[in-house]
Amino acid sequence: MLLNQFLILSAVLFAIGVYGVLARRNGVLVLMSIELILNVAFGSYVSSISGEVFALFIITVAAAEVGVGLAILLLLYRNRQSVDLSEADLMKG
Amino acid sequence: MTVLGVLVAQNIAFGVIAAIMVFAALRLVTTRNVVHAALFLVVVLGGVAGLFLLMGAEFVGITQILVYIGAVVVLFLFGIMLTRTRIGDEEGTDHPKRLPAVLAAALVATITIYAVVTGFGDVELPADTRTTTAEVADSIFSTYIIPFEAVSVLLLAALIGAIAIARRD
Repeated sequence: MLLNQFLILSAVLFAIGVYGVLARRNGVLVLMSIELILNVAFGSYVSSISGEVFALFIITVAAAEVGVGLAILLLLYRNRQSVDLSEADLMKG
Repeated sequence: MTVLGVLVAQNIAFGVIAAIMVFAALRLVTTRNVVHAALFLVVVLGGVAGLFLLMGAEFVGITQILVYIGAVVVLFLFGIMLTRTRIGDEEGTDHPKRLPAVLAAALVATITIYAVVTGFGDVELPADTRTTTAEVADSIFSTYIIPFEAVSVLLLAALIGAIAIARRD
Protein backbone atom coordinates (compact mmCIF):
# COMPACT_ATOMS: atom_id res chain seq x y z
CA MET A 1 0.00 0.00 0.00
CA LEU A 2 1.10 3.52 -0.70
CA LEU A 3 1.66 6.00 2.07
CA ASN A 4 -0.16 8.59 -0.03
CA GLN A 5 -3.43 6.67 0.06
CA PHE A 6 -3.73 7.50 3.75
CA LEU A 7 -2.43 11.05 3.49
CA ILE A 8 -4.77 12.00 0.64
CA LEU A 9 -7.77 10.50 2.44
CA SER A 10 -6.77 12.55 5.49
CA ALA A 11 -6.47 15.70 3.39
CA VAL A 12 -9.92 15.20 1.83
CA LEU A 13 -11.59 14.59 5.20
CA PHE A 14 -9.74 17.59 6.68
CA ALA A 15 -11.09 19.83 3.91
CA ILE A 16 -14.62 18.52 4.47
CA GLY A 17 -14.22 19.38 8.16
CA VAL A 18 -13.02 22.89 7.29
CA TYR A 19 -16.13 23.36 5.17
CA GLY A 20 -18.25 22.19 8.10
CA VAL A 21 -16.66 24.64 10.53
CA LEU A 22 -17.13 27.55 8.14
CA ALA A 23 -20.61 26.77 6.84
CA ARG A 24 -22.41 25.64 9.99
CA ARG A 25 -24.18 27.97 12.41
CA ASN A 26 -25.32 25.49 15.04
CA GLY A 27 -22.57 25.29 17.67
CA VAL A 28 -22.92 21.54 18.20
CA LEU A 29 -22.46 20.92 14.48
CA VAL A 30 -19.37 23.16 14.41
CA LEU A 31 -17.90 21.12 17.28
CA MET A 32 -18.61 17.91 15.37
CA SER A 33 -16.75 19.27 12.35
CA ILE A 34 -13.80 20.20 14.59
CA GLU A 35 -13.82 16.61 15.89
CA LEU A 36 -13.70 15.40 12.29
CA ILE A 37 -10.69 17.65 11.59
CA LEU A 38 -8.82 16.47 14.67
CA ASN A 39 -9.59 12.86 13.94
CA VAL A 40 -8.17 12.74 10.45
CA ALA A 41 -4.81 13.00 12.16
CA PHE A 42 -4.70 9.24 11.62
CA GLY A 43 -2.58 10.35 8.67
CA SER A 44 0.12 10.98 11.25
CA TYR A 45 0.20 7.26 11.83
CA VAL A 46 2.75 6.00 9.35
CA SER A 47 3.07 2.43 10.53
CA SER A 48 5.65 3.35 13.13
CA ILE A 49 5.49 3.29 16.90
CA SER A 50 5.94 7.06 17.17
CA GLY A 51 3.02 7.58 14.83
CA GLU A 52 0.82 5.40 17.00
CA VAL A 53 1.82 7.30 20.14
CA PHE A 54 0.97 10.60 18.48
CA ALA A 55 -2.38 9.23 17.32
CA LEU A 56 -3.11 8.35 20.95
CA PHE A 57 -2.11 11.83 22.12
CA ILE A 58 -4.40 13.38 19.51
CA ILE A 59 -7.30 11.20 20.67
CA THR A 60 -6.72 12.46 24.22
CA VAL A 61 -6.45 16.11 23.26
CA ALA A 62 -9.57 15.88 21.09
CA ALA A 63 -11.52 14.37 23.98
CA ALA A 64 -10.41 17.20 26.28
CA GLU A 65 -11.33 19.74 23.62
CA VAL A 66 -14.84 18.43 23.12
CA GLY A 67 -15.45 18.42 26.88
CA VAL A 68 -14.54 22.08 27.25
CA GLY A 69 -16.30 23.00 23.99
CA LEU A 70 -19.59 21.48 25.07
CA ALA A 71 -19.31 23.19 28.47
CA ILE A 72 -18.93 26.54 26.68
CA LEU A 73 -21.93 25.74 24.47
CA LEU A 74 -24.05 24.87 27.51
CA LEU A 75 -23.13 28.20 29.07
CA LEU A 76 -23.97 29.98 25.82
CA TYR A 77 -27.30 28.19 25.68
CA ARG A 78 -28.08 29.03 29.29
CA ASN A 79 -27.42 32.72 28.72
CA ARG A 80 -29.01 33.14 25.29
CA GLN A 81 -31.39 30.17 24.85
CA SER A 82 -29.74 29.43 21.52
CA VAL A 83 -26.58 27.81 20.19
CA ASP A 84 -26.70 29.78 16.95
CA LEU A 85 -23.15 31.03 16.63
CA SER A 86 -24.08 33.98 14.41
CA GLU A 87 -26.07 35.38 17.34
CA ALA A 88 -23.04 35.22 19.64
CA ASP A 89 -21.60 38.48 18.36
CA LEU A 90 -20.88 40.35 21.59
CA MET A 91 -17.18 40.68 20.76
CA LYS A 92 -17.75 41.57 17.12
CA GLY A 93 -16.31 44.98 16.30
CA MET B 1 -2.79 -16.43 1.51
CA THR B 2 0.16 -15.18 -0.48
CA VAL B 3 1.73 -11.81 0.23
CA LEU B 4 0.23 -10.45 -2.98
CA GLY B 5 -3.21 -11.73 -1.97
CA VAL B 6 -2.97 -9.95 1.37
CA LEU B 7 -1.93 -6.73 -0.35
CA VAL B 8 -4.86 -6.87 -2.76
CA ALA B 9 -7.26 -7.59 0.10
CA GLN B 10 -5.81 -4.68 2.10
CA ASN B 11 -6.24 -2.32 -0.83
CA ILE B 12 -9.84 -3.37 -1.41
CA ALA B 13 -10.64 -2.95 2.29
CA PHE B 14 -8.98 0.46 2.26
CA GLY B 15 -11.02 1.55 -0.75
CA VAL B 16 -14.31 0.44 0.79
CA ILE B 17 -13.58 2.10 4.15
CA ALA B 18 -12.34 5.30 2.49
CA ALA B 19 -15.46 5.58 0.32
CA ILE B 20 -17.75 5.07 3.32
CA MET B 21 -15.79 7.65 5.35
CA VAL B 22 -15.89 10.33 2.66
CA PHE B 23 -19.61 9.80 2.09
CA ALA B 24 -20.38 9.94 5.81
CA ALA B 25 -18.20 13.05 6.27
CA LEU B 26 -20.02 14.82 3.44
CA ARG B 27 -23.39 13.96 4.96
CA LEU B 28 -22.08 15.05 8.37
CA VAL B 29 -21.41 18.59 7.14
CA THR B 30 -24.55 18.88 5.00
CA THR B 31 -27.39 17.19 6.89
CA ARG B 32 -29.94 19.43 8.60
CA ASN B 33 -30.76 16.86 11.25
CA VAL B 34 -28.40 17.26 14.20
CA VAL B 35 -28.90 13.73 15.55
CA HIS B 36 -28.18 12.28 12.11
CA ALA B 37 -24.98 14.36 12.04
CA ALA B 38 -23.89 12.72 15.31
CA LEU B 39 -24.59 9.28 13.83
CA PHE B 40 -22.61 10.10 10.67
CA LEU B 41 -19.78 11.17 12.97
CA VAL B 42 -19.93 7.65 14.44
CA VAL B 43 -19.49 6.21 10.94
CA VAL B 44 -16.45 8.39 10.18
CA LEU B 45 -14.80 7.62 13.52
CA GLY B 46 -15.55 3.93 13.09
CA GLY B 47 -13.90 4.12 9.67
CA VAL B 48 -10.77 5.60 11.27
CA ALA B 49 -10.73 2.74 13.78
CA GLY B 50 -11.13 0.31 10.87
CA LEU B 51 -8.11 1.85 9.13
CA PHE B 52 -6.01 1.49 12.28
CA LEU B 53 -7.02 -2.16 12.59
CA LEU B 54 -6.30 -2.67 8.88
CA MET B 55 -2.79 -1.41 9.45
CA GLY B 56 -2.33 -3.71 12.44
CA ALA B 57 -2.37 -0.96 15.06
CA GLU B 58 -4.72 -2.84 17.33
CA PHE B 59 -4.27 -0.76 20.49
CA VAL B 60 -4.94 2.58 18.79
CA GLY B 61 -7.90 1.09 16.91
CA ILE B 62 -9.57 -0.19 20.05
CA THR B 63 -8.81 3.04 21.93
CA GLN B 64 -10.40 4.95 19.08
CA ILE B 65 -13.60 2.93 19.42
CA LEU B 66 -13.65 3.23 23.22
CA VAL B 67 -12.91 6.95 23.44
CA TYR B 68 -14.76 8.26 20.42
CA ILE B 69 -17.70 5.99 19.81
CA GLY B 70 -18.03 5.16 23.48
CA ALA B 71 -17.54 8.56 25.06
CA VAL B 72 -17.32 11.51 22.68
CA VAL B 73 -20.44 10.68 20.68
CA VAL B 74 -22.45 10.14 23.86
CA LEU B 75 -21.17 13.53 25.02
CA PHE B 76 -22.41 15.04 21.75
CA LEU B 77 -25.83 13.45 22.16
CA PHE B 78 -25.99 14.93 25.67
CA GLY B 79 -24.98 18.28 24.20
CA ILE B 80 -27.77 18.03 21.63
CA MET B 81 -30.35 17.21 24.29
CA LEU B 82 -29.19 19.79 26.84
CA THR B 83 -29.18 22.60 24.29
CA ARG B 84 -32.67 21.47 23.20
CA THR B 85 -31.76 21.38 19.59
CA ARG B 86 -34.84 20.14 17.79
CA ILE B 87 -34.77 16.43 17.01
CA GLY B 88 -35.49 16.25 13.32
CA ASP B 89 -34.78 18.59 10.47
CA GLU B 90 -34.04 22.10 11.54
CA GLU B 91 -33.85 25.52 9.98
CA GLY B 92 -30.78 27.69 10.36
CA THR B 93 -28.13 25.01 10.79
CA ASP B 94 -26.13 26.49 7.93
CA HIS B 95 -25.05 29.94 6.86
CA PRO B 96 -27.13 31.25 3.97
CA LYS B 97 -23.97 31.92 1.96
CA ARG B 98 -21.85 28.81 1.58
CA LEU B 99 -19.70 29.62 -1.44
CA PRO B 100 -16.79 31.12 0.59
CA ALA B 101 -16.71 28.00 2.77
CA VAL B 102 -16.64 25.76 -0.31
CA LEU B 103 -13.81 27.83 -1.80
CA ALA B 104 -11.78 27.76 1.43
CA ALA B 105 -12.22 23.98 1.77
CA ALA B 106 -11.26 23.42 -1.88
CA LEU B 107 -8.16 25.56 -1.40
CA VAL B 108 -7.14 23.60 1.72
CA ALA B 109 -7.69 20.30 -0.10
CA THR B 110 -5.72 21.41 -3.16
CA ILE B 111 -2.74 22.68 -1.18
CA THR B 112 -2.48 19.67 1.17
CA ILE B 113 -2.96 17.09 -1.59
CA TYR B 114 -0.37 18.86 -3.75
CA ALA B 115 2.02 18.93 -0.80
CA VAL B 116 1.70 15.23 0.05
CA VAL B 117 1.85 14.13 -3.59
CA THR B 118 5.03 16.08 -4.29
CA GLY B 119 6.45 15.26 -0.87
CA PHE B 120 5.85 11.52 -0.69
CA GLY B 121 5.34 10.55 -4.34
CA ASP B 122 5.03 6.78 -4.35
CA VAL B 123 6.56 5.82 -1.02
CA GLU B 124 5.48 2.25 -0.26
CA LEU B 125 4.49 1.17 3.22
CA PRO B 126 6.27 -1.96 4.43
CA ALA B 127 4.36 -5.17 3.71
CA ASP B 128 3.97 -6.00 7.39
CA THR B 129 2.99 -3.00 9.48
CA ARG B 130 1.76 -4.84 12.54
CA THR B 131 2.83 -3.54 15.94
CA THR B 132 2.12 -4.95 19.37
CA THR B 133 0.58 -3.14 22.31
CA ALA B 134 3.75 -3.87 24.33
CA GLU B 135 5.87 -1.88 21.86
CA VAL B 136 3.46 1.08 22.07
CA ALA B 137 3.53 0.95 25.88
CA ASP B 138 7.35 0.79 25.89
CA SER B 139 7.50 3.86 23.68
CA ILE B 140 4.97 5.86 25.72
CA PHE B 141 6.71 5.14 29.01
CA SER B 142 10.26 5.75 27.79
CA THR B 143 10.68 8.10 24.81
CA TYR B 144 7.39 9.95 25.24
CA ILE B 145 7.09 10.00 29.02
CA ILE B 146 7.14 13.80 29.31
CA PRO B 147 4.46 14.40 26.62
CA PHE B 148 2.46 11.63 28.28
CA GLU B 149 2.56 13.40 31.65
CA ALA B 150 1.73 16.71 29.97
CA VAL B 151 -1.32 15.15 28.33
CA SER B 152 -2.42 13.75 31.69
CA VAL B 153 -2.27 17.22 33.25
CA LEU B 154 -4.09 18.63 30.20
CA LEU B 155 -6.93 16.14 30.67
CA LEU B 156 -7.20 17.04 34.36
CA ALA B 157 -7.19 20.76 33.54
CA ALA B 158 -9.85 20.28 30.84
CA LEU B 159 -12.01 18.29 33.26
CA ILE B 160 -11.82 20.95 35.96
CA GLY B 161 -12.28 23.69 33.39
CA ALA B 162 -15.37 22.08 31.93
CA ILE B 163 -16.96 21.72 35.38
CA ALA B 164 -16.05 25.28 36.32
CA ILE B 165 -17.53 26.68 33.11
CA ALA B 166 -20.74 24.68 33.08
CA ARG B 167 -21.73 24.67 36.73
CA ARG B 168 -24.62 26.81 37.83
CA ASP B 169 -24.04 29.29 40.64
